[in-house]
Amino acid sequence: MNEMTITSAQYITNLDGVNSTIKTTVDDVQMWVGIDPANRHYAEIMRQVAAGTLTIEDAD
Amino acid sequence: MSKAAELAALIGSGQAQGDRNLIINGAMQVAQRGTSATVGPNGTGEGYTVVDRFSNSLSGSVVSTFSQSTDTPSGFANSAKIDITTADTSLGGTEFWHLRHGFEGQNLQLIGKGTSDAKSITLSFYVKSNKTGVYTIELQDVDNDRRNSLAYTINNSNTWERKSLTFKPDTTGAFTNDNNLSLRMNFVLVAGADLKSGTFYNGTWGSDVLGNRVDSNQVNLGDSTSNEWYITGVQLEIGDVATPFEHRSFGDELARCQRYYSRSTGQNVHGKQYNSSTWLGDPQYPVTMRATPSVTTTGGQYSSITTDTSKDKFFFSRGSESCYINDWAADAEL
Repeated sequence: MNEMTITSAQYITNLDGVNSTIKTTVDDVQMWVGIDPANRHYAEIMRQVAAGTLTIEDAD
Repeated sequence: MSKAAELAALIGSGQAQGDRNLIINGAMQVAQRGTSATVGPNGTGEGYTVVDRFSNSLSGSVVSTFSQSTDTPSGFANSAKIDITTADTSLGGTEFWHLRHGFEGQNLQLIGKGTSDAKSITLSFYVKSNKTGVYTIELQDVDNDRRNSLAYTINNSNTWERKSLTFKPDTTGAFTNDNNLSLRMNFVLVAGADLKSGTFYNGTWGSDVLGNRVDSNQVNLGDSTSNEWYITGVQLEIGDVATPFEHRSFGDELARCQRYYSRSTGQNVHGKQYNSSTWLGDPQYPVTMRATPSVTTTGGQYSSITTDTSKDKFFFSRGSESCYINDWAADAEL
């Protein structure tokens, strides 16, 4: 079973200026990941952040 | 037991009621992502690729074409098919291939797992393969690190057969009552020696032990490029009896699948001017999704996408120019 390959991650803010989404590339596919522990992509991003192998950039 | 007593027992168990199948898309009708995909080797192409709610999980060198098929038993329109295209006759110890289905914990509370009132569950399905012999079905309690497995036998080559397997109640380890993954069901197609080296669970729940997971007689579906395996009519229900497959309409099944994955097809959604510096669009998902999803798009002009905790829609936006999206997909799979 393969681990997701995540090559970038950046917070995106909603219209209220709150971080609501992470723009990322998972297995060569660009996606916009909801900040929700029940989202499997978000859970994997946070697992890799905790492991020190991924950093989420601040929103522009 | 008389027929009347059997009927009374069935009604009392709740099995005679509608909506008794815990499986979504058990008749393999819905395939939103596509109707065929290459899976393998070494995990390539695993996950959800063809029929909704059924995913592949694998390691090792076997490769297959996974597809939605019209080869079915009477009364069905579709099945899922695994056609081996690269064989491996000498499996590594931990190599495996599972066709999987995942369940939310909040949909399993009726089983009463982890309580003194825990109930048996019965799995039934139609299966067909040229590769006769013993196969394993595995249940994985993700919340409590517990497993259970049972074996079934394909007796006749290239013949649809209905199988039913009853898993005993488990009074240890309750499923968490939320929208997260609590239970996985694995149809084992390939398993290396390390997964068969212990004492097979054989219907009794226990702690997670690698060597106990698969029947020692499990066949290797991946040992020849001539091998094919089909499945449909998958049903998991409370009780000790496999009742007839509960057919649902395509629309009903599609809506259930869309809780986990939905997509547009040629929608071309255009945004509107939100204020002097922002154009905004807000496509709606067909049904409320299980979790705030991950969104992907094909084509369009926009600068960013933001998901919404309502799980009902997402936003795409652009600065002072108009914006649009050709198509989108939203993934909230387990």
